[in-house]
Amino acid sequence: ITCLVLYLFAEFDDAANLLAANPDATTISIDEPVEIPKNQRSRLQEPRREEDDELLGTDDSDKTELLAGQKKSAPFWTFEYYQTFFDVDTYQVLDRIKGSVFPVPGKNFVRLYIRSNPDLYGPFWICATLVFTIAVSGNLSNFLIHLGKPTYHYVPQFRKVSIAATAIYAYAWLVPLALWGFLMWRNSKVMNIVSYSFLEIVCVYGYSLFVYIPTAILWIIPQKVVRWVLMMFSLCLSGSVLVMTFWPAVRDDNRRIALATVGTVILLHALLAVGCLAYFFDAPELDFPAPISPAHNGTTVVTKSQ
Amino acid sequence: FAGLADVSISEDIPVEGEITVPVASRSPDEDYSTLDEPVRDTILRDLKAVGKKFVHVMYPKKSSTLLRDWDLWGPLVLCVSLALMLQGGSADSKDDGGPQFAEVFVIIWFGAVVITLNSKLLGGTISFFQSLCVLGYCVLPLTVAMLVCRLVLLAGSGTVSFIIRLIVVVAMFGWSTLASTAFLADSQPPNRKALVVYPIFLFYFVISWMILTFTPQ
Repeated sequence: ITCLVLYLFAEFDDAANLLAANPDATTISIDEPVEIPKNQRSRLQEPRREEDDELLGTDDSDKTELLAGQKKSAPFWTFEYYQTFFDVDTYQVLDRIKGSVFPVPGKNFVRLYIRSNPDLYGPFWICATLVFTIAVSGNLSNFLIHLGKPTYHYVPQFRKVSIAATAIYAYAWLVPLALWGFLMWRNSKVMNIVSYSFLEIVCVYGYSLFVYIPTAILWIIPQKVVRWVLMMFSLCLSGSVLVMTFWPAVRDDNRRIALATVGTVILLHALLAVGCLAYFFDAPELDFPAPISPAHNGTTVVTKSQ
Repeated sequence: FAGLADVSISEDIPVEGEITVPVASRSPDEDYSTLDEPVRDTILRDLKAVGKKFVHVMYPKKSSTLLRDWDLWGPLVLCVSLALMLQGGSADSKDDGGPQFAEVFVIIWFGAVVITLNSKLLGGTISFFQSLCVLGYCVLPLTVAMLVCRLVLLAGSGTVSFIIRLIVVVAMFGWSTLASTAFLADSQPPNRKALVVYPIFLFYFVISWMILTFTPQ
């Protein structure tokens, strides 16, 4: 119940911020149906920081913000409840994907694209695509690397698909759960301006993984330098989406905790990328004495001299 | 009412007419019981229905027969035969071979269920089993591709055979996707068609990949 109340506070606070940030607004006092505690009300009347305007998006999203709490009213055991999470059109999904691949510096992904309509279509199918893309690209890349060798016998390595699926789905759903729990806990101690619902966090994580799909396809190129450059590039892109989303949520907290949170987010993201590259793609310069070593992990073998 | 006492019906006007209550004529044996027919008839009837649907898949026209009289026999037969044909792949250790029988089975059925749920959640008007039926039947071109691949692999497994297999699998993959899209696309809301078609594409792509990467012992 506390979480729900906090969420409602956050929603109305955002709406109030948007109204206050509008330069044409003549009044600042706002009639709200929910009681706002005194410390928040004094905050409403401070001059807004400019970053907040940009990050929160000054488009016509007041109404969506205010209506957000009333959308999901079906009980959770009906089918209609779950249909509210798939209430997106094709162009909306494409816009969200574009927003995750070309992050505009200073714009918050959640406020700009999700806008209280988080969907589960994007995260689920982007994860599914990523699982199969990594498995297929890894298999193809290994095949091309070992093509000329006489002792090599091609195997599809289908078992790796299940491992990829477990890893990626666990990352895309458990890490948001942990992050959401952590943010809720901090919210109970420090009243943050910006807070996200669990579905919005899942949405951001899901869409931020999209840039790894073309990266995984390009990892077929068997050059170590190319692969690491690609990984750095995609890590920067998707990492920046995550950072720009979560920095406003922890900014008002203790400095160290804020930095630690954002640092952990980036670290886990990097670990996923490095782990996928190491496990699914054999290193190009290595010579395999035996054709199959199922538990082989590229990073544990020091590269032989070129 | 005094004057009515004089009214009398003259005797030479006959009172005639018909008083009958129309009884609904019993329809002659409309729902005859199928219990009494020989087993061969029952099996042949189901086989004919399955065969008709196979023909519909190979020549996809916008007919509603596939949707209306759904059955899951065809998908089961196709799934089992595809999974059986994918066995016998090479593996030096148990872990690195092709997909096991259970894995193929699970991928096809679980994938079809997930795609059906996805299209229903996005607002599609098709029923659950109808969608499963269509997705299952549209695996037929890929099963044919698997058969062709195994025959080609009997002849040899060099580059030429790989190119032949690649062409056949790609063609059948396109056929499967187009066939299932032709049947399923009409029941989706218009601005979400791409969102529904993409998972179907991914599903048949995965099955095609399993077929293409099959390498015999």
